[in-house]
Formats: sequence, structure tokens, C-alpha cells
Amino acid sequence: MSLMIEKSGALSLLQDLGRFGFQNIGVTPGGAMDNHAFNWANKLLNNPQGSAQIEITVGGFKARFNDATSFSICGAEAPISLNGKIITTWSSHHAQSGDLLEIGYATKGLRIYLSVAGGFRVTKTLNSCSTVMRDKLGGLNQEGQKLQDGDCIPYLGNLVPFSRKVPDCFIVDYRKTIEIGVLPTYQFNDFSLVAKNIFFSSEYTITPFSNRMGYRLNGPSIPSNYSDFISEGIALGAIQVPKNGQPIILMNDRQTIGGYPKMGCVCNKDLSLLAQSPPGTKIQFVLKDLYATEAQLHIEMNYFSNS
Amino acid sequence: MKVHPVNENSVIIYFSDKVSLEIADKVSQAYQVLKADLESIIVDIIPSYTSILLSFNLRKTNLRDFISILHRILANINYQPASSNIANKIILPVYYGEDVAWDHKEVSDYTGLPFSEIVSLHASESYRVFAIGFAPGFAYLGNTNPLISVPRKSDPRKVVPKGSVAIADQQSAVYPEQSPGGWQIIGRTPINLFDLTQPNLSKFEMGAEVKFEAIDRNTFLAMGGQIDAQ
Repeated sequence: MSLMIEKSGALSLLQDLGRFGFQNIGVTPGGAMDNHAFNWANKLLNNPQGSAQIEITVGGFKARFNDATSFSICGAEAPISLNGKIITTWSSHHAQSGDLLEIGYATKGLRIYLSVAGGFRVTKTLNSCSTVMRDKLGGLNQEGQKLQDGDCIPYLGNLVPFSRKVPDCFIVDYRKTIEIGVLPTYQFNDFSLVAKNIFFSSEYTITPFSNRMGYRLNGPSIPSNYSDFISEGIALGAIQVPKNGQPIILMNDRQTIGGYPKMGCVCNKDLSLLAQSPPGTKIQFVLKDLYATEAQLHIEMNYFSNS
Repeated sequence: MKVHPVNENSVIIYFSDKVSLEIADKVSQAYQVLKADLESIIVDIIPSYTSILLSFNLRKTNLRDFISILHRILANINYQPASSNIANKIILPVYYGEDVAWDHKEVSDYTGLPFSEIVSLHASESYRVFAIGFAPGFAYLGNTNPLISVPRKSDPRKVVPKGSVAIADQQSAVYPEQSPGGWQIIGRTPINLFDLTQPNLSKFEMGAEVKFEAIDRNTFLAMGGQIDAQ
């Protein structure tokens, strides 16, 4: 039982929550960029948290269900149809054997998550199927390749006896200007008052040189006091300020260590929003309280975990 | 020593603000202890030159408790004197022939030393793994002899062959896979540095001692080494 990819689109990748426990030897975690949409897509089907899904970037995707299954779609807004009939996103649906799923180009947001009941059944490498193209890890053939036309991705063919929708209050409205919460950690205190003022009072734009490794921003240059910097471990969401003063937010496929000072970290919740923001999106940074965002993340993790 | 939160589920420990062999030893000893003691609550641990970054499972603990656990463990580590107890010693065979040492001329010109002298200085030193990163299994080894300290290439190469042994500033490294890179290439090893079929995956581990052993072309080829056109 499988999903046959007829058109893989710009970038479609098998992803779970990531490959953890190997960063000590330089293996990046990878994993779904938008955890919020990813977790909901599994939740709608009662899947175990972290069940493998397809992360479809931008869209232009077409696939045929070779066997009946329940499935769900969350994330970016795009025209989506099953056998030509429009279906809603942030909800679960049922496909019959031979049904054709078509996902057009995202009109709002950037990444669409497709989950099937029970999750896609893919062999894991280092405990994860997350595709990291640079490291040749994960994916359908465990070689880090993005999905190709003609790929068949196995699933169980379970039918869940209901279809559900994510409550409206959890559906994110993707805007062209977004607020991103910053935790004042790492070298935050080493940046001058002038540097912090520039950082928080200016608007930064996501550049086209942004990908699953990092989001490169463009805006007023942030001065740094460091002439050189000792490489250290990079946490998810770290905001690197290289010599040119243009910030880079490090995402799922980041390198594990890096040698630039960091103006703190983006709070976890806003990483999902960032993951859905295409180049051209304007960012306003706001200061957040670490212990408040920790409590929020804890609640969310408890909600989505099955144990 | 300083312990600071980094994000909702990550904490960094700073051992010093200067790189040294002594600090590298301290970091690697603390890394071993933390990794063993916290196995059930941590998700990842990244040691580097002077620091260790840990991320933990938020469903098993929280920032405040985790930081106090770290303080308690760190206060009780009995650090051994530098270099006295390195269990992990690695000898890596390297072919230093000019057909694989793509930057032999640049390094010779910069240092003013004949390439044979550069090779003997590189192979006579014993190195420590200061950090692992950039790519799976890519180790930063220090320190190289100051006489062969060369800057990175101003124009990084788009393709550095797998196994390339390279130097930059006072460090040396080996490229586990073909990748782009800006270090000066002086040789090549036939040994696989990152291998999913091996139980410890990476040949290098934080704190390990590394020595390079010069081998000739035939030995290199017999060990499976590849020589390709530049």
C-alpha cells in the first residue's frame, strides 16, 4: 500500500521530528520545519507523535493513493483537491484506492504537511527518516534525496472512523509582516545598547538565500564587538550575527557548531511561523521571557505527545 | 565556569573564554560525565572548544531543575591532569603525495618551507580533537606546528575530495565526505571517517588524541584510497 508521487514539485521531503542524539559527531537534527502544522497533521489522525510525513515546500505536488487511507493536510494555504474536488486544509480526509491528490502553489505560507493514518512507513537511519540532502541521510532510500516523480511511499492503509478539523484558534494566519519573539540568551548581553536598539527597532526582510539550514535576513547592520569568536554549539533558532551585521536565524538543518556571536534565540513557537514565511516577509523582533515561552512549549509538548 | 540557558530546552556551559589543551581536556572529561549521567533526560549534547551545549527533554525536566542538576554534577567532577588519561588514541594513515596534496605549492610558498618539511612537521605532531562539526565526523584538530600555520584559502574550493587532510591557521582537519571547503589540502587518508555501519559512526570523538602516519602511494591505494584528477 503506497502513495505514488506523480509530480514531486519544487522540494518535497520525508520528515519526522528530527534525528536526535548525534549532534556530538556533527549530525544535524533536521526534521519538520513547522512543528505546529506537523504535530497537528498527526494529531488529526491519532498518529503517534513524530510519525513520518511529507513536507511539501511551495507546492506543485501531485500524488495518487494506490490504496484507501485516511490522510490529513496542514500548513500553508494552497488550492488542494482530491479527484478534482476542492478539499480543506488543517483537516483530515479519506481517500479511496486510485484517488488523485493535487496541491497547487501556496498562496499564504510556504510548507504543506501531508500525513497518512499510521504515518508513512519508511526505513529510518539513526532513528529518524528526516531527509537531510547535504548529509545524504534519511528519505525514502536513506540517501538523503528529495522525493522524485514515480516514488512510491508505503503506508498502512488505515481508515480512521472520523474526519476532523483543527480548531480555528490554532490555525495560523500567515502574514507578510510578522513578529518574531527573541530570547535574550547566548551573547545578547555582549552586544552594545546601540546594536540592540537597531535590532529591535528595525524591520528585517527574509532574503531568497534562506533554506532549511538558515534564514538570511536583510536590514540595518548590527554592530558586534567581537573580532573573532570561538565556535560553540548552535541551538535551534540561534540568531547569528556575522561580520556584515546581517542576522541569520539557524533552522533545522543547521550546522551543529558555529563561530559567530548570537543575539539570542528565536522562541520555539515562532520558529513554526518563520518556517512558513517566504522570502520578502518582513520581521519585527520582540523580546520574550524565556520561562514564559518554556511553560508554553511544555504545554504544547504534553498536548501533542501520546504517552 | 558559567551555566546559561539558551532556549526553552537548551543550556550552555562555558569552561573558559580561551582555547587551550587544558580546557579541551576539561571539556571532554565533563562531556563524558554529563553524557553518562544525563542519558535519560538529554536529547543532544554538543561539546566544542570551550563549551558544552545540552538540549533536554522538556517532558522530563525543566530549565531551572536542569540547570541545578548541571551545577551539582559539574561541582563533583574530579578533573584529571591534562593529557594523562586519554583512552582514545587514533593513528590515521595519510598519503602526502603531491597528486593529492592539492595545495602543496601554496603552503610551501606561504611558509617558505619545502613540502617534505611541511609533511614531517604535520606528521610528527600529536593532536587533540577540539570540536566536531561542519559535517558529520568532521573534527577540528589542534594544534599544528606554528611553522606550518597558513590562512584559509581566500576563495574556498567547491569540491574537496573525501578523505582530504587539510590545515588552516593552527588547526588540521580531515574531510569525511566530498564537500566544499576552504582549508589548505596537504594529503589524503584512505580511512572512512563517518560510517553508518560502524557502532560508533565517527572515527573521531571529542578529546581523542590523533596522530598522522605518512604512507606511500601504493599503501594508500592498497587500503582503498582513491586518486582523482583535480
